[in-house]
Parts: sequence; C-alpha cells; structure tokens
Amino acid sequence: MRQGKIIRVAGPLVVAAECLGAKMYDMVRVGHLGLIGEIIELNNDQAYIQVYEDTTGVGPGEPVVLTEKPLSVELGPGILGSIYDGIQRPLDVIRAQHGEFVSRGIEVPALDRERRWPFEPIKKAGDRVLAGDIVGYVQETPLIQHRIMVPENGDGEIIEIKEGEFKVSEVVCRIKKESGEIKELNLFQVWPVRKQRPVKERLMPFEPLITGQRILDTLFPLAKGGTACVPGPFGSGKTVVQHQLAKWSDAQIIVYVACGERGNEVADLLLSFPELKDPNTGRPLLERTVIIANTSNMPVAAREASIYTGMTIAEYFRDMGYSVALMADSSSRWAEALREIGGRMEEMPGDEGYPAYLASRLAEFYERAGKVICPGSEERIGALSVIGAVSPPGGDLSDPVVQATLKVVKVFWALDDRLANMRHFPAINWLQSYSLYRDSLKKYFAEKVAEDFVELSQEAMKLLELEAELQEIARLIGLESLSFKERLVLETARSIREDFLHQNAFHPQDTYTSMRKQYLMLRTILHFHHRANEALEAGKEFSDIVSLEVRDRISKMKYLPEEEEALLQVEKEVDASFKAL
Amino acid sequence: MHKEYLTVSNIVGPLVIVEKIADVKYNELVEIEDSRGHLRRGTVLEVSTDQAVVQVFEGTVGLDIDKSRVRFLGRSQQLPVSEEIIGRVFDGSGRPRDNGPQIIARKRLDINGSPINPDARDYPSEFIQTGISSIDGMNPLVRGQKLPIFSGSGLPHPRIAAQIARQARVLGKEEKFAVVFAAMGITFEEANFFIEDFRNTGALERAVLFLNLANEPAIERIATPRLALTCAEYLAFELDMHVLVILVDMTFYAEALREISAARKEIPGRRGYPGYLYTDLATMYERAGRIKGKKGSITMIPILTMPEDDKTHPIPDLTGYITEGQVILSRELHRKGIYPPIDVLPSLSRLKDKGIGAGKTREDHADVLNQLFACYARGKEARELALILGEAALSDLDRLYLKFADLFETEFVRQGEFEARTIEETIELGWKLMRQLPKKELKRIRPEYLEKYYSPAAAAGGEKANEA
Repeated sequence: MRQGKIIRVAGPLVVAAECLGAKMYDMVRVGHLGLIGEIIELNNDQAYIQVYEDTTGVGPGEPVVLTEKPLSVELGPGILGSIYDGIQRPLDVIRAQHGEFVSRGIEVPALDRERRWPFEPIKKAGDRVLAGDIVGYVQETPLIQHRIMVPENGDGEIIEIKEGEFKVSEVVCRIKKESGEIKELNLFQVWPVRKQRPVKERLMPFEPLITGQRILDTLFPLAKGGTACVPGPFGSGKTVVQHQLAKWSDAQIIVYVACGERGNEVADLLLSFPELKDPNTGRPLLERTVIIANTSNMPVAAREASIYTGMTIAEYFRDMGYSVALMADSSSRWAEALREIGGRMEEMPGDEGYPAYLASRLAEFYERAGKVICPGSEERIGALSVIGAVSPPGGDLSDPVVQATLKVVKVFWALDDRLANMRHFPAINWLQSYSLYRDSLKKYFAEKVAEDFVELSQEAMKLLELEAELQEIARLIGLESLSFKERLVLETARSIREDFLHQNAFHPQDTYTSMRKQYLMLRTILHFHHRANEALEAGKEFSDIVSLEVRDRISKMKYLPEEEEALLQVEKEVDASFKAL
Repeated sequence: MHKEYLTVSNIVGPLVIVEKIADVKYNELVEIEDSRGHLRRGTVLEVSTDQAVVQVFEGTVGLDIDKSRVRFLGRSQQLPVSEEIIGRVFDGSGRPRDNGPQIIARKRLDINGSPINPDARDYPSEFIQTGISSIDGMNPLVRGQKLPIFSGSGLPHPRIAAQIARQARVLGKEEKFAVVFAAMGITFEEANFFIEDFRNTGALERAVLFLNLANEPAIERIATPRLALTCAEYLAFELDMHVLVILVDMTFYAEALREISAARKEIPGRRGYPGYLYTDLATMYERAGRIKGKKGSITMIPILTMPEDDKTHPIPDLTGYITEGQVILSRELHRKGIYPPIDVLPSLSRLKDKGIGAGKTREDHADVLNQLFACYARGKEARELALILGEAALSDLDRLYLKFADLFETEFVRQGEFEARTIEETIELGWKLMRQLPKKELKRIRPEYLEKYYSPAAAAGGEKANEA
C-alpha cells in the first residue's frame, strides 16, 4: 500500500505529505497506531486528514497508509439490533474484545463474518435481473426479512443461485453481465457513506407516519418520506420526543443516530428497546432498530461521519421497499464537528463561526429522505423519513443551524422552554409549529381515520389561536371583561391543552394513542364545547356548565384503554349531563 | 535521558513555540526549565515537522527566549494512583499540597482517560437521597448522574454542595464511598469552607482534593478537573467505590480554555469561547456514569457561576446540553431569604424516571412531582397577574394557586442547612400543600393515588384553613 508521511498534528486534524494520487474522501490509516481517518482536502502532495480517533501520541514523521477507498459501510444481514459507532464499528464487539473503554486503532468488521444466515432464493438460474432486484431473502429477525438485492452495475442473467446457510462473505448468486463478465453476489454490499444511493423515481408523500403522539399526529403530522426538525433549548424534551418516535412510530425500520449526545441516553435505548414491544407487531423494538452511537466524548470527526453512516444504512433498507425512519439527535453537534474541523483547517468562517458550506451540507443530507420507487424492475415503493433534532444555543431559533434546517424541512416541531417548565410535555408550542403536509395527508385521514378528522383538528387549532388572543385581552383588562362565550373558548382551549395535547411519555397507557382514540378524544372535547355553546345560548349558567362532573371524565380519557365502547361512553355522558342541566 | 532544546522562538500568553524539534508527539508532556532552574510543565497543543506549540500550565511569567530549556517527556500527563490517595490534598497539577509524601504509584493513568463504550454503560437508576426537598422531591439525583448547579456570584452554592456531600445516601445501603473535590480558580476562603466542612463531618478521610486557587496559574486549571476525574475513575471502577465528584467552578475552567484559544489566534465561537468548548466539556462530564458489571459509580456535581445570571451564556448553555439536567439557583428566592434558593421550575433531572417510584422512593412520587410542578407554575403565573392587575382581579381558583406558590416556597423549598428530610417526609409535604387545592384540579395524579393519599379528612382541614 502507498504511504505518506505526517508533517503536522493539530487535534483531530493531521496533515501528511507525499500523498500525491490520493483522492478526496479516501480513507487512510494514520500513524503507528493505525488510526482511521479521511482525506478532506488536498494541496499539491499534502493531504489534510480528519482522524476519527484521538491523536494523542501521534507525531510528525509517522506514516499514513492510503487505502485508496472511500469511507464506506457494509450493508447486509446482522445490521438490525446492532449498536455501531460513527464509522460503523460494532460497539458490542469492541466491548467484548477491548473492555469498557474505547481504545484506539481497533479494526473490527461491521458485520459478523462467522455467523451463518439462512438464504432463500426467489429467483432462479436463467432469470434476467436489473440492479436493485431482489434475488432472495434472509429472515434477519422475526420481524424483518432482509432482502438481498442485485448491487449497482449488476444487470444480467443469473447463471447460478444457491439456497442454504451462508456466511455474509460467501457467494450465493452469480450473474453474467452483458459484457460476459461474471458478477458474484454475497450477502452484503459495500457503499460509500457520502454518496446517495440511487432511486428510480421520487414520489410525493401522501401517507402519514403515525407516531401515537397526539400533538404530532393530529395537529402537525409528518408524512412517510418527509422531513421534520425538532429544535429546542436544553431540557425542553428533544430527546424524549425522538425516543418516543423511535419507539412508537409505524415505520418498519428505525435508524437512531445519537450524534454527540449523552452516553446515558444511549444506554437507556439499549436497555429499554429489547423490552418494549412494537404496538403494531408485538415484537421487541430492537428487532427493527439500528443504533449509531457517537456520544459527545467520542472523537469529534467520527461524529461528523455518523449521520452519513446512519443515512446510508437507512437508504439501504428503504431500497428493500421498507418504510424507514431516521432520527438524528442532534444535528447541531454534527454542525459543531464541521465547525471544529473547519476551524483547524483555517477556513474562512461564516455565521457564528460555522463554515460557509453548512447550509448546503444540511440540505444535501435532508434531501436524501423521500418516498421513492426503488431501483430494479419491481416498482417497489420505499420511504425514508428523517427527523433531526437541533440544539440551538440558548434555544435561540435564529441560530444558523436552525435557520438552514428550516429552509429544507417541511415539518417544524418547536419546543418551548416555558411549556417544559410547566411540565407540559411534549413541550411543543402549538402556535409556532407547523406541518406543510397537512394538505397532502387530508385524503388519507378522511379515508382511514374519519371523514371529519381534519375539520376537528382545524377547529382545535383555531380555538388554540383564539385562546392566545383572548388571554392577551384578559391580561390587560381582566377576565371579567370577556363574554361567557369567550370564557368558554378559554375553558375548551385549556381542555385541549391539558386533556389532549399533554401526553405523559412514561405512563403505560398514555405513552401511545392510536389514531382512532385520538379522533374520539378530540371529538368528545369539541362535542362538549358545542353542547356548552348551545346551553349558553339557551340561557344556562356559565358556572354550572364549567363545573359539570363530566369534564373530569374527559380529562381522564387519555388513561382509558383503547376500547371503542369505553371511549364512546364518555361522549354519551356529555350528552346526558347537558340534558340534566 | 530526554533531549533538551534551547530553541524557543516565541512566547505568546501561555504558549511557548519551540523550533527545530524532532520526534515530538501531539499532547505530549513537556518540562521547561527557566533561567533560574525552576521547572514548569506543559503539553504539546500542535506539532509540525520543525515546530511545536506548547501550553505552559504555570504561565510564562519569567520565561525567556534564549535560556529556557525544553524537554519533551515522551508521554502524556499522568496521575500516579494507589489506595493511599484517599484522604490526600493535591495542587492543581497533582503534586501533594498537604506536606505528605508523594504517592507511590500502583498505576499511572493518563489524565485524559478514554471514552466509556456506550454499550458498556449501565443506566443509572439508584435514587440518592440528598435530604433536600427541592432536589429529592422535584429533581431527584441518581447514582451515576451528572447534575450541575447553575449559580450566580454571591449565591450560596458552596453551602448547598456541601450539604449534598454531607447528606447524600442511597436508601437501605451501606457501601464504600468517597468524595473527589476539584477546585478551579475559587478563592482560598471558599476552598477552606469545603475543607472545614469535610473535616467537621469526617468526610475528609474519604476525600481526595485537587485545589487550584484563584491566585494560582490559570492554565493549570485545564488539567485539574481531569486529574480529579482520573482519580475518581480509579476509585470507582477499580476499587469499587461510589464516588461523588464536585467540580467548582467550571466557569473559570472555560475561561482558561478561552485564554489558550485566544493566544493561538483560533477563530472564536460565541463570546470568544473556542468552537470546541462543547466537545471539551463533554470529555469531562461524560466520565460520570455506571458501567455494567462494576460495583462503583461516579456521580458528578459540577458547579458553575452564570455570568450575569444568564442561562444562555455559552458555559451554562453547553453544560446543560451535556449534563443530565441542572439545578438552578434563583437570586429572587435568595433575596427573600429562602435557603436553599433552588429555582424549581427551570431545574431538571433527566434521569429521575427510572430512579423513582414503587420500591425506590414511593409509588406516587412521579405524579406528585409533575403535579407540584404544574401547580407551582400556575401559581407563579397568578402571582405575575396579581402584580399587574392587583390580587382582587384574580379568580378564586387563581387565588388558591397563588397561595399554593407562596407556601411551596416557604415550606417545601425552604429548609435548614443541616435539615435532612427523608423522601417520605418530602412527598408528604407535597401532599399537604396539594390539599390546599380542589381535588379535581389535580389532573396529573392517577385516580388511584388521589384516592389513597388525598384523604378527605385532611382535605376538609385544608378547606377550613382556606375559609379562615
């Protein structure tokens, strides 16, 4: 292998000379320890390398080995249920081999080379296939069938396909290409992380990603294949929102990237996912999850790579025709890694010291999401939704990372410090947040949930907006100046906030609410509002209406089990109590 | 023998630039001998083929270009450790300060440590009773957590930290524990307060102290917390002890970091702090935790003073993004004479959910906590409203909430410096206050707990009190 020589070390940045012929974004091994790095700038024969491990003890004169390959991930059976660091090294294997602390220069294959997987072919010799076509599958977990696809440039005719148990590196299928060349397929493929995986066609999203979180599904829905961002100051519950989505959203595969965040949060995921059951299938959540963990104390350059590693894995499962959701927590830490490396390279800084290319890199990243027709002859549809947390300094939304993100994402869930202080969770501000998918999802909701679902959610939204205005007036001239109808609006809006939007992630029943139950809850609250309005018009006392016992029943609806009867019962009680008034 | 260089070419602030070097490594430990023979220490911040940038811990006062001798020691900074380290006092560079002997090393540990593999972490879930209601009841601390105190100048954070160190215990267990204390840039009086308090309670025998006081070299502060954490890791993960680490004051640490960054002419991030402040702080804070299969743990309480009480200042802001919650002190409560002046609403403990509940504290703890938060927040809103419109403009219900907020501050938050409340007492106190409010207002509490603890007899008593 070709070698260069180190001439400068400054933290995670190493400069090596004698590297003529090296390519941008090629991987290198740095120094006697063989640390993993990536070339990020070339200047004559000098290569600027970001190193994915701590460079303590590395000095000028030491060799740099050029691998002449870009930073890539291995895609094949064994990914699900794994926990990887930012450059796809399995942390559980590293722990078994090297102990509790991550040491340096470790080389471990991402996929277990010894494990055998049962491969079932669905094509036979003589079949013509295109790149992206499925030749067979491996039942990777009871939940997920891992579909083995023809890799790029693999168009041709199958001349041999096997069945049985194989290691990932064994050949299971041979394809004769037009050119006469033979392409051998094993169970995994390798893909450079910074290169988007191709799609046949992009589609407009039309189906919601159901999350079981009432404020998200009812007021600010995200589409399958859409993008969302969750910015908020510390302590406002970004991570809890991300965890809730990872737990309950109805995507088939979850890729969770813990990018520069807390180690204990990763431990929490690792401990709770094997125990939690997917509400749609009843299987442990870990069977559909991949975790990429590059915590804040792990090397900063690997943090930069981690979101691409996660994205490439997510795209790979999307290509199989699955609906995939990627959570990146937090993209601010990724941007800070960019800034740190940029600073060490003495680049001209833009806003707040972030490099000038921050916005284009972010846009590039989020554009890898989408609902698509996957490559191949089969017209498979896959979806990749991306939810990025952003941690702006001081919760200030004018932060460059927030602003650059808002330019590309379609859903904005604004977390609010004030709500968090009142322990109103999820602390998503209903007046600031928005979803640009509400229109395109209308049809789905009308067909699959209820005819009047969208109207109800719009009415709820309107009441909340009205509440903000009325509160302003009440604050200036006192509650007494409001008419009873206006005060009823305040009461109903409060009920929407406290009984519907407020949701306790740690309560066994409340943590997940089906669309049907969300609909019935909201319908009951608004039904009360309509009946109360009628009663006011009929001359009933305001104080009698607001002190009706049934309001207490409404507020406890969230704790009721998912049973149609019990839920409808509350609405009947509303009618009964107004009759008795 | 190490090569000696006489090739210092440049001295800028805390940095020394050495030319014509060979075989120098990044982050290597350096010894500099000045013209009078005094030794100083430093580390290599950047190295290229013929030049090394060295940060000098003791500062560069008195160093010259032509006579300073520089030796590169071929290793990074290390801390010698053994069981004997317990009960000792060191300076900010790890040299004994108590007239005791040098530590005979059983091991020499790199003070930068290595990151804990996230897969090896055990989730912290053992409740620590600090005896302080506003912490135990509202923002419970668990073993292996890092929970900073955000304070301001003049607020009693040393007293609170000392009270926690004095009273903290895990219910129903007697285990080996130790306190590791690192002082960065605080005054002699403040440091002495801690030492005296540790001495009076006998904690000094189980403590290790690393002190860098206000008049001591600022750059040394970069190493001080790392020495303390290396020591804590040794005690926790090799000697199976439960270690409480107190770091004061992280603001001075960050300022030292800024000084070096400025001397290197780096592109500054917010308010002149380097762009890598987050990563740098994280490499320390993240050393707290528990490890699967190990008995010991590291619980960390970093203390920082917020410049101008501003929570959005980079130091508290970045700290809050790394640590698992924060305890914020309030100048307003302090002025009202309430000790401890813990501002309950913006304070937070992220790890509380697995540390409380039946078998750990009490089944209703989580609900009580949420309800108290909600009620206090509403009470404070009512108080603001009353300020604008006068108390007469409040609805009856708001007036009840207002009263609740007052009582919450004077009865629940306020307690004595030597008063240790059990968690039972704290929760009961919470119920006592909640009984001031009508039952149906308590929406955050599960009906079964409301039934069990909101006893009608007590409620009637509460209402009578209201009428009076």
